[in-house]
Amino acid sequence: MKVAVCVKQIPDPADPGALDPETRTLKRDVKLIIDESDTYGVEMALQLVDAAGGGEVVLVSMAPNSERTGLSSALAMGADSATLVSDPALVGSDALTTAKILAKCLAEQSPDLVIAGSESSDGYTGTVPEQIAGVLGWPSVTAAKAIEVNGSSMNVQRQTDAGYDDVECPLPAVVSVTAGVVEPRYPSFKGIMAAKSKPVEEKTVADLGLTAEQVGWSGSGQEVVDVSEAEAREAGEKIEDDGEAHLKIIEFLESVKAL
Amino acid sequence: MTLDTIWVYAEGDSDAISSTTQELLTKARDLADTVAAVYAGDGDDIAEAAGSYGAETIYATGDLDGALVGVPVAAAIAAAVEAGDGPDAILLGTTYDGRDIAARLSVMLDATVISNVVDVEVDDDTLVGTEPIFGGASEIKTKFTGDACKIVLVRPKSFEPEESGDGEADVEDLDVPELGSAAGAKVTNRMVEESDGPKLDEAALVVAGGRGLGQAESFELVDKLAGKLNGASGASRAIVDAGWVPYSQQVGQTGKVVKPTVYIAAGISGATQHLVGMKGSKNIIAINKDPEAPIFGVADLGIVGDVHKVIPALLEALENR
Ligand SMILES: Cc1cc2nc3c(=O)[nH]c(=O)nc-3n(C[C@H](O)[C@H](O)[C@H](O)COP(=O)(O)OP(=O)(O)OC[C@H]3O[C@@H](n4cnc5c(N)ncnc54)[C@H](O)[C@@H]3O)c2cc1C
Ligand SMILES: Cc1cc2nc3c(=O)[nH]c(=O)nc-3n(C[C@H](O)[C@H](O)[C@H](O)COP(=O)(O)OP(=O)(O)OC[C@H]3O[C@@H](n4cnc5c(N)ncnc54)[C@H](O)[C@@H]3O)c2cc1C
Repeated sequence: MKVAVCVKQIPDPADPGALDPETRTLKRDVKLIIDESDTYGVEMALQLVDAAGGGEVVLVSMAPNSERTGLSSALAMGADSATLVSDPALVGSDALTTAKILAKCLAEQSPDLVIAGSESSDGYTGTVPEQIAGVLGWPSVTAAKAIEVNGSSMNVQRQTDAGYDDVECPLPAVVSVTAGVVEPRYPSFKGIMAAKSKPVEEKTVADLGLTAEQVGWSGSGQEVVDVSEAEAREAGEKIEDDGEAHLKIIEFLESVKAL
Repeated sequence: MTLDTIWVYAEGDSDAISSTTQELLTKARDLADTVAAVYAGDGDDIAEAAGSYGAETIYATGDLDGALVGVPVAAAIAAAVEAGDGPDAILLGTTYDGRDIAARLSVMLDATVISNVVDVEVDDDTLVGTEPIFGGASEIKTKFTGDACKIVLVRPKSFEPEESGDGEADVEDLDVPELGSAAGAKVTNRMVEESDGPKLDEAALVVAGGRGLGQAESFELVDKLAGKLNGASGASRAIVDAGWVPYSQQVGQTGKVVKPTVYIAAGISGATQHLVGMKGSKNIIAINKDPEAPIFGVADLGIVGDVHKVIPALLEALENR
């Protein structure tokens, strides 16, 4: 079985950087890392290929400046190879354009299954996986919390507000996984060494048969017109618990008529 | 300035529409002259409920035979748009199904989606959406360019629902075209995780617990306090990921948005992704043993203390009232 995983490389959420007021994109001068949301997809892919008795896990990523740090992490976990699309023309791409780019790479790979995260940690539109499926013309299941592949179809537990739905879906398909579905493995030392010699193919927009006008700011149907600080909430009273703080809570609840 | 027509993707069942749908219909009335709803099911079921929030027409796909709604509903809307019968814009809630439909529709119409908005306004003949970024510390305004149908995904709890006083909506069929294999995903069974008490996103009071509880068993303190105060219990993602409580109780960016009268955060640090789901609460009480915890920055009453001391004492005092 061949599983492709979409891996987004993002600034470390612990140090998210800022929006560049000039270009109105996230400042990318910081080192990018693998989006934690995608470590679940990589782990899931490795487990599914194992369960199927073997196969291949390939990665696709779109990132600026030929960034590979995040891909290296996923290769070190055990993925076999990667395709990276990097091109200055891609700056400002919206989610739909991102999906078109990734879908081009995925179509070349013709996997049985594509796995993505339910939503990224920085842009978090959560639309890219379903858009990829739309571009490929494939069926899809979003928000998966468990996946089982049975030959030419898969059974997925799809998260709902009230619990989950059991969903059956023919392959090839796109599935997006929620955080926490599996326990992502830590790359071993051997894995990290092996990753260095695994193939990463880099492509430009032209390599994918697209022009610069079709992507980036010009290809996107939106523009950022304003960036501002959100209104901050004022902090109130803060007290040290001296064994009587619960009385203060009761007083507060009474004052807002919650008691 | 208003747009001519906005469609709202309506979610609900039998005779009710979700509170998110009520919010979207309310907002749509400010933005457009004509408001209609799209429904994946029998339109008669929600004709009264959606009508009372201002939907003039329900465009209903009828029963979808268990198919996940993304592909069929998007295809039906796209067909209407291509036939010249579509809206200028469509509003959907940031829900599992709402996202699927918005994403599929964007591919079919080659139109962008503006996502995660907490406010929408008309600017000339287009829409501008406000999105919180960096966990709500900043906001960006994004405007649609071009004249494709505008697809907007709105975060729940962004607007105050208000009835319009209108009667039952008209119901019309929205034809679903032939779809082929892309619509192959089918629901075979629905599992509902029951919980008692008010629903998390509707409760007037929420008690939420985090990793500071120390262990899964201690979540009982949160449940008990919520029960005692007629509220719902919620959780941070840290303890949902750890498997202490089901995902349906998660509050935050990737969980539910709540705006109760009182939110009590117990052993929660106050990460931006948590704050974005609860800082719209009217009153916030935080209990945390670290005086520097960011949660205190949004708390009206902050208790620097141990949840294992403060909550039992509180429960006992409430018991004796
Ligand atoms: C603050 C902010 C707000 C934005 N708002 C919008 C908006 O409203 N509408 C819009 O169209 N765009 C928006 N964008 C742009 C959008 O984030 C980018 O186009 C991004 O490349 C893809 O979207 P996402 O990160 O939201 O993906 P999501 O759909 O949230 O990502 C889900 C999964 O898709 C896969 N994936 C996504 N991007 C990549 C990638 N580059 N490489 C590999 N896999 C990937 C990953 O598996 C990821 O886990 C916004 C960006 C920012 C920073
Ligand atoms: C893309 C993305 C999306 C996310 N979405 C969400 C989301 O939807 N919701 C969410 O909650 N998080 C979300 N997170 C995770 C978030 O960043 C935090 O990791 C998480 O909220 C931390 O949970 P916590 O406060 O329970 O744990 P911690 O941050 O570990 O905090 C525990 C707190 O308990 C206090 N404490 C310890 N012992 C005691 C005691 N005995 N008494 C009192 N206090 C004590 C500590 O001082 C500390 O402040 C997301 C993260 C990312 C990257």
